[in-house]
Amino acid sequence: MAHKTIVEDGIDILVVGAGLGGTGAAFEARYWGQDKKIVIAEKANIDRSGAVAQGLYAINCYMGTRWGENNPEDHVRYARIDLMGLVREDLLFDMARHVDSTVHQFEEWGLPIMKDPETGQYLREGRWQIMIHGESYKPIVAEAAKKSADEVFNRICVTHLLMDESKENRVAGAVGFNVRTGNYHVFKSKTVICSAGGASNIFKPRSVGEGSGRTWYAPWSSASAYGLLIDAGAKMTQMENRIVLARFKDGYGPVGAYFLHLKTYTQNGVGEEYESKWFPELQKMVGKEYLDPEASHLTHRPIPTCLRNHAMISEMNAGRGPIHMVTMHSFQDPHLEEVGWENFLGMTIGQAVLWASTDVDPKNENPELTTSEPYVMGSHATGSGAWCSGPEDVSPDEYFWGYNRMTTVEGLFGAGDAVGGTPHAFSSGSFTEGRLAAKAACQYIDDGKGEGIVVSEAQIEGRKEEIYKPLEHYRIYRNEIVAGDVNPHYINPKQGLDRLQKLMDEYCGGVTVSYMTNEKLLNIGLKKLKIMEEDLESLAAEDIHELLRAWELKHRHRAAECVTQHTLFRKETRWPGYYYRGDHMKVDDENWHVLTVSRRDPESGKYTMEKAPCYHLVGEGE
Amino acid sequence: MPTFVYMTRCDGCGHCVDICPSDIMHIDKTTRRAYNIEPSMCWECYSCVKACPQNAIDVRGYADFAPLGHSVRVDRDEQKGTIAWRIKFRDGTEKNFLSPITTKPWGRDIPQLAEAPGPSQEMRDSQLLYSEPNYLRMDDGDLHTLESNGLTMKKGVYY
Repeated sequence: MAHKTIVEDGIDILVVGAGLGGTGAAFEARYWGQDKKIVIAEKANIDRSGAVAQGLYAINCYMGTRWGENNPEDHVRYARIDLMGLVREDLLFDMARHVDSTVHQFEEWGLPIMKDPETGQYLREGRWQIMIHGESYKPIVAEAAKKSADEVFNRICVTHLLMDESKENRVAGAVGFNVRTGNYHVFKSKTVICSAGGASNIFKPRSVGEGSGRTWYAPWSSASAYGLLIDAGAKMTQMENRIVLARFKDGYGPVGAYFLHLKTYTQNGVGEEYESKWFPELQKMVGKEYLDPEASHLTHRPIPTCLRNHAMISEMNAGRGPIHMVTMHSFQDPHLEEVGWENFLGMTIGQAVLWASTDVDPKNENPELTTSEPYVMGSHATGSGAWCSGPEDVSPDEYFWGYNRMTTVEGLFGAGDAVGGTPHAFSSGSFTEGRLAAKAACQYIDDGKGEGIVVSEAQIEGRKEEIYKPLEHYRIYRNEIVAGDVNPHYINPKQGLDRLQKLMDEYCGGVTVSYMTNEKLLNIGLKKLKIMEEDLESLAAEDIHELLRAWELKHRHRAAECVTQHTLFRKETRWPGYYYRGDHMKVDDENWHVLTVSRRDPESGKYTMEKAPCYHLVGEGE
Repeated sequence: MPTFVYMTRCDGCGHCVDICPSDIMHIDKTTRRAYNIEPSMCWECYSCVKACPQNAIDVRGYADFAPLGHSVRVDRDEQKGTIAWRIKFRDGTEKNFLSPITTKPWGRDIPQLAEAPGPSQEMRDSQLLYSEPNYLRMDDGDLHTLESNGLTMKKGVYY
């Protein structure tokens, strides 16, 4: 099959994936590199791509320092307790000290931010969240990225990063294919900012059939942030730290505004408050340092999200479900009712569709909540991703190797879901991380670090053959059978995804096992993943669209393998409510108050695991 | 089925194909009209619904949990800068909502950074980003550092 090869040469900064992280990177890169060649490769259309394609009704990370609301270190402490102590506090502090300038620019660009009519300040949903009319959030930031980039390549599925052949462990660009034309695209670049998406759909979803599209994180978040980085040999961190979301049942509509702004609350199936009764037992598992309801009540220190999940899961397993969100009081106020609905229409329209179809009007009926299947990502309330350098003026030696947000591969930077240890960045923080990575990438180039890159024809041709193999495999074997999808020589991407989701669910702590796993299960899971990797060589794609799904599956598989390795390595239950290690059911600060770091050797496929120290921001007198 | 396309309204223009984040709106070769080729990868994000000039695309909730007989329709108007929603329940109840989508003419206030005054060497050597420090607090306040905030990074167990 002949696919044209299109080479884009002489790129300084290649942005892979233009969600909030990537648009921030492309926009900012132009300021620090006014004469540099900046190119974006995006899997979909930059105007509606990434996790914010649908819009957002809140910006969840805004300090409000101009109004004396919070300082960056306050946000770091919040993220620390929410993630049970384990975050990269240098990266978080850095993001938090810049994020307000990002949000102020968004307002100037036309993003409608709601304001308190009396004070004129941004209207707060909670301590960190501000409310917006964000239907066009993505088109607005896309416009900024388009103004800065030399070229935007839409509909390019980037499959691999290119590696320099003159200097070991240095990036040289990326390759992929156009999902419309089928053409092979080669991007030769001095630096790459990987701002691709985190992982939905690696664990079996609660929904079946058609409804499996109603994932919490976007179905097009195909773990490419991780697949690309792991395969390039970048070190990863906190990949075990998957997230489970307590959300409105089936539609996975967000609950943040409901809890914080609308003052709705939860109760069990017989109308009782249930959370607090699980806390004494839970306190024995995690320690009073992490769960102290009295102190939380007095100081407004939040109870970690995973622990609140734990209470909900336990209550349902005790037979007192369903869990309800009590909306009937708040929704009698027409203004609050409007906020409640617009919250969904602005970011999870499917929930509005569901309530309309089931005649659930939260004014007359309290809707059901549930906990989702696990997701792996690095920008919401969890911090999976690459092990990246922090900024020079904040980071200790173990966290600093020259350029802010650079991974352990030279010239390869991260933003958004790709950066590990930085939860609670959300949209504005991801955009800010992109800006930070862009400035550092320009510096890297100006320091001459991207000179003399060599990419051989052999590398380019080798990748090309690999990329189109599923099409070729299909062509060879399809006529051996009469019709249909059952073929002894291949599986298609959907069949492969089903297998991945089932094994991750059963062996790595998915929803059907109430998020439980242990060493034996994880080892079986790894064995099955290894066999699956062999079968992925026999993946068949009928057309270019299926080829896209084939590569998404390969990225998801690689991410899943890394998640399982990390889950096996950390011998404790750090985040009850996200997952449980049945063989180590307690938080173990003596041995595991550390960040887990892995590296997969691209040649042998073997993982090396290590513990990295956890540094905390400490104030005077603490 | 998440999105679907009305046969008599679609003219095959391909706007939905162009915008779909999931690459699932394709043109059917026989009818030369658009359709959703992979409903189980549809997020009901409405990007295609909003983009369709013929209002030919609608959503029927996911079959595994959403009963028939509902509709959530949308009209996004870039000129007016508004988005209007009409929700129709299975029992016939209707709710309408209207929100702004932008406060400025499209793209006008986004700077062209290639033409902005370039950064000084001092700025390059600092931790500042474009528009900082001004945009941090919209006053003369500077960037926070460990020193300015009385902080140190310490190894160990802190809560």
